[in-house]
Amino acid sequence: MTVAATTHRLHLKTNRTVDLTVDGQHVRVPEGSTIMKACQEVGIGTPTLCYEQTLTPVNACRVCVVEMEGSRALVPACARKVEPDMVIWTDSERVRHSRKLVLELLASSVDLSYAPDEVQGYLDHYDARPERFGPPDTSDGAVHRDHTQAGHHIPTTNGYAATVAQPPKIDNELYIRDYSRCILCYKCVEACGVDAQNTFAIAVAGRGFDAHISTEFAAPLPDSACVYCGNCIAVCPTGALIFKSEYDMRQAETWDEERQTETDTICPYCGVGCTLRLHVQDNRIVKVTSPMDHDVTNGNLCIKGRFGWQFVQNRARDTGVEESVGTS
Amino acid sequence: MDLRLIQNATPSAEERDAVDSLLGAPQTDWRGTPHEAPADAYFGAAGHESRGHRHLLLPALHAVRDATGFISPGGLNYICQSLDVPPADAYGVATFYALFQMAPVPPMIAHVCDDIACRMSGAREVFAELESRIGPAGKATPDGRATWHRSPCLGLCECAPAVLLQRAGTNQTDEVIAPADASAVLTRLTGDARKVEPNPQELNGSLHAPQTLDPECAKGLRLLKRAGRVDPESIDAYRASGGYEALRRAFDLGPDGVIREVLDSRLQGRGGAAFPTGRKLQDVARAPARPHYLICNADESEPGTFKDRILMENDPFALVEAMTIAGYAAGCEQGYIYLRGEYPLALARVRHAIDAARRRNFLGADIMGEGYHFDIDVRRGAGAYICGEETALFNSIEGFRGEPRNKPPFPTMVGLFGKPTMVNNVETLMNLPEILIQGGPAFASVGTEQSTGTKLFCVSGCVERPGVYELPFGVTLREVLDLAGGVRDGRPLQALLLGGAAGSFVTTEDLDVELTFEGTRAIGAALGSAVIMPFDDTIDMADIVLRIAAFFRDESCGQCVPCRVGTVRQEEALRRLSAGVPLGSVDQELALISELELVMRDASICGLGHTASIAVQSAISKLHLFDSKRAQ
Repeated sequence: MTVAATTHRLHLKTNRTVDLTVDGQHVRVPEGSTIMKACQEVGIGTPTLCYEQTLTPVNACRVCVVEMEGSRALVPACARKVEPDMVIWTDSERVRHSRKLVLELLASSVDLSYAPDEVQGYLDHYDARPERFGPPDTSDGAVHRDHTQAGHHIPTTNGYAATVAQPPKIDNELYIRDYSRCILCYKCVEACGVDAQNTFAIAVAGRGFDAHISTEFAAPLPDSACVYCGNCIAVCPTGALIFKSEYDMRQAETWDEERQTETDTICPYCGVGCTLRLHVQDNRIVKVTSPMDHDVTNGNLCIKGRFGWQFVQNRARDTGVEESVGTS
Repeated sequence: MDLRLIQNATPSAEERDAVDSLLGAPQTDWRGTPHEAPADAYFGAAGHESRGHRHLLLPALHAVRDATGFISPGGLNYICQSLDVPPADAYGVATFYALFQMAPVPPMIAHVCDDIACRMSGAREVFAELESRIGPAGKATPDGRATWHRSPCLGLCECAPAVLLQRAGTNQTDEVIAPADASAVLTRLTGDARKVEPNPQELNGSLHAPQTLDPECAKGLRLLKRAGRVDPESIDAYRASGGYEALRRAFDLGPDGVIREVLDSRLQGRGGAAFPTGRKLQDVARAPARPHYLICNADESEPGTFKDRILMENDPFALVEAMTIAGYAAGCEQGYIYLRGEYPLALARVRHAIDAARRRNFLGADIMGEGYHFDIDVRRGAGAYICGEETALFNSIEGFRGEPRNKPPFPTMVGLFGKPTMVNNVETLMNLPEILIQGGPAFASVGTEQSTGTKLFCVSGCVERPGVYELPFGVTLREVLDLAGGVRDGRPLQALLLGGAAGSFVTTEDLDVELTFEGTRAIGAALGSAVIMPFDDTIDMADIVLRIAAFFRDESCGQCVPCRVGTVRQEEALRRLSAGVPLGSVDQELALISELELVMRDASICGLGHTASIAVQSAISKLHLFDSKRAQ
């Protein structure tokens, strides 16, 4: 069930509204809205990492927390429903502190270098200084993160800050999983499960700091239930899951989003009519997405739409017709 | 649901038998036949019925572990095809629990407690001996049939040091050795004794409740009135000692009457949160959605806490009766006891009591001819402190990872299986029969205005007579300590831990605090699970605080960032401080720890994160833990 669909249903069910106060401003939103929606109504932005409009909120990252009068702890704006006469503060000292610390804790343990610019923007905005926790431990000792036993850990005594550093998992030709970039937002698990694909190839395994995304017994993807729809890649907020094509180009240092164009087209394979957004660099498709707010796809595709575009490039090479893919 | 099972992973006969003995013999070809399917085949034949049994995932994992010692791909496959759970999903659940291993391990594992009470009472000597004779934790004995691990608190603090010995296989048993010495453990791990059935005396456990030995003291006991006096395995003995009189009274009063008595008693939850029990009963009873569920939270895992274990071991029928009363008042037909996996004797006694009660029509259909239907299932935890958090407990029973849910909605409206649910601690429930027999107002005449009734205190650590003590609310810390014989060997008192690892350290200046919910709050502490653990002047408090920090790191479920990473950073900072190598200055490190405390308290999802730094903060502010390092 997508959020869009849920909201739609709620509109049908009730026309009731809720009045609340956000940062001193009066807001009226439909019953069942989240605090984040109320913030949007008055133009207040909320940083998010684990939130995605097409997925059920898990509010695991806690970067969207706001202060609610009468509540001992802060509450997650992405998931908490509005209640009449709520008084919300989105930029109090407590809120800024928690957001800053959450960002620092993530940045000190996870490689965020592929995360979109807005994440770096959050870090700057909240003056996050992850180095306060010590130099990151990027030693290979973390390679065995797939096989840790819950309830046990070997304490770090070398003054380094523990990280999730580990080598990327490259086990198929379509996409790679680099869990040293994983913030454990649960989005890929949701997209693989009931929120989109219903394949259940991956789940959160392990516990605590050793929790990680895994197939059964950490099996390589070709041995797992994965159907390569790539809907997990579409929702990954930090570049932990990326196309093999993107990964190879990044390794070769030829990946350059400044030089990329985006062109929307319709998938030619079947009659559903999914919108494909072709990301093109140097007149070659480098990856394919679908708009998250698109009625037909909600950002989801299947293996064919997501990965079945090599023939375009092959034909170009065979015939020498370089203009076969438009760059609008 | 279409499943793709693990390829080339066939269950062994033992694994099949273990799962079948839980779920019944396979009724369909789907479950019955091994699937030698092509690599890209997805099956969708298990149907709704299997899917409806997802809540049996945890028991099924236990069954396989009990049979073979670990969860193999074949075993997991068979569970998955039987319950229609995707393998990745089931793997995620299994790896959540400390007692499940996913790779072959020796069939015998000694879990040696490394937590605060045990490390002050000889656990170190046990570790040293095991390390020299067998090797580091996790190393197998030369014949590959046994190994040992360090364990968080086993809830046997009053007879520290403690060891839980798990034997997998056809004669599967869990045995507790406490107090343990290295030779007793080694005999079982390496000697011929491992073939011997466990010593019945050890399985029976010993009751450390000194008040029960003194007839004068024993007169005032409510919760411990049967402990050590009435055979916990005989329903006749239970009835002869007043058992089931309270349930009879409950039927006479009707559900509303029971709730009224509980409201009048002003009983508050004993699990740590002190929520008014009567209000909870009322909320569930009035909730329009059906069915209603009752859960007894017996996942007692707070380091230093063992009161619920002693109640279940010594008066299991009273718990069954209390749950029946609560179920009757709240309109529940199904109850669950979620019992921590490290309590073999409590598990056996509670199961026995349920069976005996069922045979005598005190459980099941038409209880005592009153037309009320109620039954109880026991669910065994598998090594996860977080599953004591009520919403994590729901997920665990339902067969998911024990990750807490968001509140609201609250369990009284949306709880187990999404239905209104009454969740109570063992000790809370055990007060119900007493309330009905005496009447609410009489119950409330004991204790203080705000904290009514008696309370079980878990006294362990550097104390002369460790054990559980039942005293009226309002008793002072000093009085409890005196009753327990004072500090061990007459040594000076350095500090006390009040309320467990999620509680706080207090000093000799706080000895006159009234032990009530409000009294402890007034000194900035909390009663929590009523742990009272004194430390004498020989104890290295930095070591104790580090252990608590490591505990929270190990037990964080990992769902939310503040707790998952915050507990790691807290432990790292404490290690740097205690090693005398702070980043920047000591003051900077202490400031950093305070910042971590604030984000965990403010932004974590559940109580584990909210409390993960309280003990650390109190050690810094009250015990001035790192002041000596500051000068350096």
